[in-house]
Amino acid sequence: MIWNETKECMSRDEMTHLQSIRLCKLVDYVYHNVEFYRKKMQAVDLMPGDIKGLEDITKLPFTTKDDLRDTYPFGLFAVPNSEIVRIHASSGTTGKATVVGYTRFDLEIWSECVARCLTMAGVSKNDIIQVAYGYGLFTGGLGAHAGAEKIGATVVPMSTGNSKKLTTMMVDFGATAIACTPSYLLYISEVLEKEGLLDQIKLRSAICGAEPWTEKMRNEIETRLNITAHDIYGLSEVMGPGVACDCEHHAGLHVCEDHFYPEVLDTKTLLPVDEGVTGELAFTTLTKQGIPLIRYRTKDLTSIDRSPCACGRTSARISRFKGRVDDMLIIRGVNVFPSQIEAALVEVREVTPHYMMVVDRVNNLDVLEIQVEIDSRFYTDEIRALEALTKKIEHVIQQAIGLGVKVRIVEPQTLIRSEGKAVHVVDKRRLD
Amino acid sequence: MFAKQLSVFIENRQGRLGEVLNVLKKNEVNILSLSLADTTEYGLLRLIVDDPAKGKECLAAEGFSSLLSEVLVIEIPHTAGSLQGLLKEIEGANVNVEYMYGLSIAGEKAYVVLKPSDLAKAEAAAAACGIQTVSNDALSAM
Repeated sequence: MIWNETKECMSRDEMTHLQSIRLCKLVDYVYHNVEFYRKKMQAVDLMPGDIKGLEDITKLPFTTKDDLRDTYPFGLFAVPNSEIVRIHASSGTTGKATVVGYTRFDLEIWSECVARCLTMAGVSKNDIIQVAYGYGLFTGGLGAHAGAEKIGATVVPMSTGNSKKLTTMMVDFGATAIACTPSYLLYISEVLEKEGLLDQIKLRSAICGAEPWTEKMRNEIETRLNITAHDIYGLSEVMGPGVACDCEHHAGLHVCEDHFYPEVLDTKTLLPVDEGVTGELAFTTLTKQGIPLIRYRTKDLTSIDRSPCACGRTSARISRFKGRVDDMLIIRGVNVFPSQIEAALVEVREVTPHYMMVVDRVNNLDVLEIQVEIDSRFYTDEIRALEALTKKIEHVIQQAIGLGVKVRIVEPQTLIRSEGKAVHVVDKRRLD
Repeated sequence: MFAKQLSVFIENRQGRLGEVLNVLKKNEVNILSLSLADTTEYGLLRLIVDDPAKGKECLAAEGFSSLLSEVLVIEIPHTAGSLQGLLKEIEGANVNVEYMYGLSIAGEKAYVVLKPSDLAKAEAAAAACGIQTVSNDALSAM
């Protein structure tokens, strides 16, 4: 089934035409409502009238996560707070959160996009869906929730953190769908297996996102649970989950491109690349009111395919993600930048500024270990004091990134000091 | 008098303890007593050596982080109950024992290395009942 055939199955000409009209409107809108964009356009001598259609989009300057940080918290909002009905936030590169605001209209569009994605995953009003993304500032929980309500499914807002309750309710309620991170679903499958509940579940479909995963993981999830698993993509800056999702053919993720115009850019020249060529994904939010973004660089690497899909949809498809342009890590669905760890450690005078992040997947859950060296001036021969210091550092980092970590004190001078760009991350998660 | 203890931080990795001992051997630093406190991730090797300053120096040169701290090395009779008697005095002075390890030299005397929460108070309590404390030098001369 297709949720919105008019939009999802438009001919390429019609789609380009619609995107062009919306882009012109958007440029006029941001020029008059957001000082940041007006100044950026004036700096390159650009007036709204110079953008006559999609073909002119490359004239527009890019927007980055740093721009969001520099204008923290509401500097890129295009409407007064009286029009904003919801705020979400994700981690920024250096402590300050990236804040986004939604008007009532934005929430409407968002749920529409999630509704399309859930329909792609075969979910309908006849399903009982457990939403096991975190509810709160993170867009995952509330985003998936609204879309699931929109299609009329029975929504169980599980949030995260109680696997026992989740598996019990999955069985007792006869849940047929689940939305959560892929690693959490693998973990859930183990819990189900351990409790001997695997043959008692009615699960058919999973909508997994918020962290990178691979075809191998998909196969594992599908085989273990005897379901189909779909890849949903989104980022809070652009909207949240629902920007793109894959259909039953798993041939790339269909982008809701009447709302989010995707470009794939050469990582060096930042010029658009041809279809099928890998580059950095950028989005222009064609209809967003609260915090519209022009050519927002996602730092995610992908390629694009605009040919129609076997499912009948004509929307552009982006390939499974091939990595990141920057050093951002996604751990249990939370964005973590090494720079955040660095900034947090500066606050702890007992340790040197050297550190190593080791990410691993233990029992299908991501774990983050931070290795630090104690400054020789603060050495102690009391285990109690060392343990207290470990706890203190764990607390400081947890406050900074919003994620539980394990701190390990290592011998002095053992962390790698590399020349030039230091290597701070060892990612042991096998994602292929 | 207080004795100097050399503490070395060692990660729980195979061969690490041996490397520390190797450095001390190469530099002819003699170990009189030791204790190894361990956690799952690291250990603290506490040593009484004949030349603590030299021990710290040569370990630092090989990249080991060590620390000199003051402890009491206490001489007690090598008889049943003498350690209990000592602790009674120390506890009576309201001093807490943070850690302790033994060093027994064949003969009539035994020695314990003791880290009290208050060095001076603990020493005074021991002295009050005629118990001797010993220096690194005196110990290595035995």
